[in-house]
Amino acid sequence: MPSHPRQGDRPTSDIETVKPQSTSSLDARELCAIFVGGIAGSLLRAWLARRFATGDGDWPWAIFAINVSGSFVLAGVATHLQGRSLRSTVLGPLLGVGFCGAYTTFSTMQLELVQMIDRNRYALAGSYALGSVLAGLLAIWAGTLLVRRTQMAL
Amino acid sequence: MSAWTWVGVALLGGVGACARFLIVWLIAMRHGGNFPLGVLAVNASGSLALGLLAGLAVSGDLLVLTGTATLGSYTTFSTWMFETQRLGEERWVRAAVLNVVVSLALGIAAVALGRTIGSHA
Repeated sequence: MPSHPRQGDRPTSDIETVKPQSTSSLDARELCAIFVGGIAGSLLRAWLARRFATGDGDWPWAIFAINVSGSFVLAGVATHLQGRSLRSTVLGPLLGVGFCGAYTTFSTMQLELVQMIDRNRYALAGSYALGSVLAGLLAIWAGTLLVRRTQMAL
Repeated sequence: MSAWTWVGVALLGGVGACARFLIVWLIAMRHGGNFPLGVLAVNASGSLALGLLAGLAVSGDLLVLTGTATLGSYTTFSTWMFETQRLGEERWVRAAVLNVVVSLALGIAAVALGRTIGSHA
């Protein structure tokens, strides 16, 4: 599918820092860290979604803000761990896979989109989908840049 | 929401995160390549399950526990965006665009399908 990888300045892609490595085996400590991170992410999202609940016809600000802010943090963590395996340290499973993974959500966003389509709110659905993706990508880019700049400055 | 429901939100959130990790790991074991199939499979299956809950008209604390906590933590937005941005950065633009379009199309279709199945159950 991807055909022309760029022979870039960075030797390895840090996609592997989020994607679990296929060669490694599972270990209990890692799963525990993911579990604990997942607890925190789930609690924070559930609380924010209740506290800032929006009406049916409104832009879902809570999930939008959660997804964008979680993307920013994940990009920072993953960029910080670049070159090292996510699984060699507790920070990756705890903050990356566990917390950011559980704090941000895809399923609720898709249900919201389907409910907007139900009500013929196509413009709202389109702008919510496109806005989430663009803001999410921007947040990843910003989190990445921030950590890379900081690392260069050190 | 009762204190016990919050305890449930916490524990089931942890379970959802571990389930996501295990499925992404299992798919990465079987599938090489750079396309992030694992997160796509997790997000599509989680959306199907949430659609099913909506179709079954699950509500109240039970919906918070199953939908918000478990499926909300199981599916993820941040990793989806991270993998998309890194694909783009590596100049695999087609794969990056595909990852966005296929995820959204599958997610919406999965919710709709789950809801239809649930409302007929």
